Amino acid sequence: MTEPIKIWIIIFFLGIGTYLIRFSFLGLVGDRQLPKWFIQHLNFVGVAVMPGLIIPFLVWPDATGGTLDAPRLLAAIAAFCFGIWKRSALWSVIAGISVLYLTMFILN
Amino acid sequence: MKFSPTSKKSAFWLGYRDNIPFWLIVAPFGLLFGVVATEAGFSIFQTMIMTAFVVAGSSQFTALTLLQDDAPTFIILATSLAVNLRMAMYSAALVPHLGRAPLGIRALFAYFLVDQSYATSINIYTNNPKMTLSQKCRYFMGSFACLLPVWLISTLVGALLGTKIPPEYALDFAMPICFIALSAPMMRSLPHFIAALVSMIGTLVFISAPYSSGLIIAAFLAMIAGVQTENWQKRRLKND
Repeated sequence: MTEPIKIWIIIFFLGIGTYLIRFSFLGLVGDRQLPKWFIQHLNFVGVAVMPGLIIPFLVWPDATGGTLDAPRLLAAIAAFCFGIWKRSALWSVIAGISVLYLTMFILN
Repeated sequence: MKFSPTSKKSAFWLGYRDNIPFWLIVAPFGLLFGVVATEAGFSIFQTMIMTAFVVAGSSQFTALTLLQDDAPTFIILATSLAVNLRMAMYSAALVPHLGRAPLGIRALFAYFLVDQSYATSINIYTNNPKMTLSQKCRYFMGSFACLLPVWLISTLVGALLGTKIPPEYALDFAMPICFIALSAPMMRSLPHFIAALVSMIGTLVFISAPYSSGLIIAAFLAMIAGVQTENWQKRRLKND
C-alpha cells in the first residue's frame, strides 16, 4: 500500500505541472504575433500528436497481454474511416464502438 | 461543420453539442479511472481531487501504473507530465485564436484545455475564419462545460463501485477510439496524412525513449513532415 503522503505529493505536482503546461503559450504569448513558420507547424499539432498516442494501444493492447487483436484493429479502422468520411466525431465514435463489440461478439 | 454568425449563446451551445459524442468515451474512461484509482489505494476523496485538479486521464493512468510499480516520486511525476506535454502544443495552437482574450480568461481557459476541447474548437475555428473572438471563447467554454461534469461523475461512480469491470467490456479501448474520432476530421489534405503517418511510425520507433518522451519526439518530426509536404506542394503548384 502506498503512503498517503506520496499520493498527495503526486496529485499536487501533477496538477500544478499540468496546469502550467496548458497555460504556457496561451498564457504567456497572449496577443503577441507568432512567426508565420511557427503557426504553419502549429496547424499540424493535432495530427502530429493524436495518431502517435493511439498506435501503442493498437499494436500492443494491454488487455490482450500485448498481442495484436482483430476486434481492436477493425474498430480503429472503422472509427478512422467513418471519421474521415462523415467529418464527424459522433459517427467515428459510433462506428468504432459498434465494430468493437460486434467483432468481439462474433469472434468469441 | 458550418458556423453562421448568430448570437453568443448559440456558440456556447454549439461547442456543448459538438462534444456530446465524447460522453460515450469520457464516461467509460472516467469509470475505469475511478475503479483503478481505488484499487491502487486512493481514497475516494483523493481520487476526486486528482481527477478534478489534473483533468488529464491518460497522465492520471500513467501515474497510477507507476505508483503500483513502486516507482520513485520523481520518475512518476516526470513520466506523467511528459504524457501531458502535448498540451503545450495545443496551447500554442490556440494562441492565434484565443490569444487576444484577457489574461484572466486565458488563465481559466488553460484549465479548460483538454484533448476534446482543443480538437473540436480548432476544427470549428479553421472551418469558420469569420468567427469573432467572443464566439470562439464561448464555443471553447461550451465544449469544456459539456465534458467536465461527465468526467467527474463517471469517476465518482467508478470509485464508489470500486470493483473490477470485466475485461469483456473492453473499456481499455475507449481512449484510442476517442483520439481517432478527434483526429480523423482533421485529415484535410495530403500533408495531414503524411504528418499522421510520421507520428505513428515515430512513436513506434522511439517507444523506449526515457520518460515516455517518444511521443513528443515523434510529434515534432510529424509537424516538420507535414509542413515540408505542404511547402513541396506549393512549390510544385508554382512551377506548373
